[in-house]
Amino acid sequence: MQNAVELHNLNCTFTSGSFQLRAVDNVNLSIAPGEFFSLLGPSGSGKTTCLRLIGGFEQPTSGVIKLFDTDASRLPPFEREVNTVFQDYALFPHMTVRDNVGYALMVRGVSRAERVRRSDEMLETVKLGGYGSRKPSQLSGGQRQRVALARALINKPRILLLDEPLGALDLKLREEMQIELKGLQRQLGITFIFVTHDQSEALSMSDRVAVFNHGRIEQLGTPRDLYDAPRTEFVARFVGSANVISGETLHLESKRQYALRPEKVGISSASSTSPSSGISSLTGQLQDIHFLGSQTRYEVLVGGERVTAITSGAESCEIGSSVTLTWPADAPRLLEVQM
Amino acid sequence: MNQSTSQPNLPRPNFWRRASSLLYEKPWLGLVLLLAPPLLWLGVFYLGSLLNLLFYSFYSIDDFSGQIKYDLGFSTLAQLFTSSSNVDIVTRTLSMSIAVTIACAVIAFPIGYFMAFYAKGRTKAIWYLLVLLPLWSSYLVRVYAWRLILAREGVASWFFDTLGLRPVLDGILSLPVIGGPSLSSSYLGMFLVFTYVWLPYMILPIQAALERVPKNLIQASSDLGARPAQTFWRIILPLAVPGVAAGSIFTFSLTLGDYIIPGVVGAPGFFIGQVVYTQQGAVGNLPLAAAFSVVPIVIITGYLMFVKRLGAFNAL
Repeated sequence: MQNAVELHNLNCTFTSGSFQLRAVDNVNLSIAPGEFFSLLGPSGSGKTTCLRLIGGFEQPTSGVIKLFDTDASRLPPFEREVNTVFQDYALFPHMTVRDNVGYALMVRGVSRAERVRRSDEMLETVKLGGYGSRKPSQLSGGQRQRVALARALINKPRILLLDEPLGALDLKLREEMQIELKGLQRQLGITFIFVTHDQSEALSMSDRVAVFNHGRIEQLGTPRDLYDAPRTEFVARFVGSANVISGETLHLESKRQYALRPEKVGISSASSTSPSSGISSLTGQLQDIHFLGSQTRYEVLVGGERVTAITSGAESCEIGSSVTLTWPADAPRLLEVQM
Repeated sequence: MNQSTSQPNLPRPNFWRRASSLLYEKPWLGLVLLLAPPLLWLGVFYLGSLLNLLFYSFYSIDDFSGQIKYDLGFSTLAQLFTSSSNVDIVTRTLSMSIAVTIACAVIAFPIGYFMAFYAKGRTKAIWYLLVLLPLWSSYLVRVYAWRLILAREGVASWFFDTLGLRPVLDGILSLPVIGGPSLSSSYLGMFLVFTYVWLPYMILPIQAALERVPKNLIQASSDLGARPAQTFWRIILPLAVPGVAAGSIFTFSLTLGDYIIPGVVGAPGFFIGQVVYTQQGAVGNLPLAAAFSVVPIVIITGYLMFVKRLGAFNAL
């Protein structure tokens, strides 16, 4: 099958004097047409540089970028069938919303009437009908975001790049836009490549996620894969929250680390324990309780390691008392040894 | 309970403490104190004398006695339009100002563009220095230096000779209006000196305007399929208009009012600044001098309105 995007041994090194930064370090990746693909990682992990390489705003130091089987490594942005929604939208301040949206048509010489018609149509799609003659400065953050989206989509690109597009929006608006973006992507069937540092955003929207760390892909998979089977400590901690516990404490393979999701761990006061098959348990001392509304978080000290348990109900345990932690025996995931 | 426990450690209020509290409670008072001296200065010495000067343009001079007649009227201002030599002076100054402004903009733009988009760190500092360096020496010195450079036996002439381009220079100098016996006694020479002298005032605002253009707008334009030339005309140039407008206000008004350069370099024929200078000094016709100084004010006001319509101040 033809891939929308293929990255082969992609490297991008920034040099400043004698200082060198390997922003993107030997990345290999293929993204299928119509896929919602996220690049997830903390700031400085290389996810944005990777996106900018696909968009053509940075030049790779080495490696190949293929867009629909065509080598695009050295093509300037205006020769690529890719459009971008920029982090701070990058709307043209001196143009109306309509002219912003119609810009890609204008530079291709589409007639004024046709441009107005298609821009207004596109604005309807992003629920901004009637806003065409305003200036970007007269819009709210969420509206600007929609204009940026409309502008990038008007030319029906085969690939849309989104660089932390929801970062500047408040929580409620962000959740709305997540749903809308996902819906728009399904409706248009365009490949979305989405950069974010927000793991819940990546998990909820994406078909697949690549987790970046230090310019490298740490793990690539479906959101469920990443969550249920993190391969490294970094992924376990960055995607959701995780207890990373030594094998010694868990009475499993020694000198190795295991990831255990807090919500897999149950808690009960020490006396009320009756061991059963398929369930592992450990006793420890309850250090702290945090009431979170729908959930309660317990911090427990087990053999010198801190273990977090999250339960939906409230257990009758007292801080400082001895408690028993239980979890399904197959819940701890063996993590790869880190170099 | 005694006083010291209810107000621990608060020193007794003195004059300064009370004054600070007053200023804190009434912010406008601070503003008044801050602005009163400069506003008084501006109001009395600048605006006051300017208005007084403008008032003089409504007076006229008695042709026989040479005394100022303090009767308000439009006879002096009317002379600007009725006397053909006065009309010539205004058109001459205005044409020169427009030509100099256009030339400055055309030369300054690439320099400002380079400084804003390409020069970094040390290179940028050096370019700033190069642009500002001429302003460190006296304007008079530079203007007289240019007279020598452009003189009949001067550097420019020698340069043309050395390159074997003498006929080119002669050809240019034989052109009507801009030509003359030598570069230093032609309008072309005056134009060159004006352009040279005011250029930094055009470069800096353009550079500042371009510096403020977010780089991601240029990337967005390119991303949407615009070739570099389209990005330049559609995005970079419109966003640089405020800078060009600011620079042109400098070059335009400085040329309109200058009275040194037309006296040192260039063809005979008065400019507004020179007329004002001689009328109020040697001739003693203060009303006519005042009338002439109204001209740049009116033109600049008109120009500002024109530039505002272009949207030059939208970004402010």
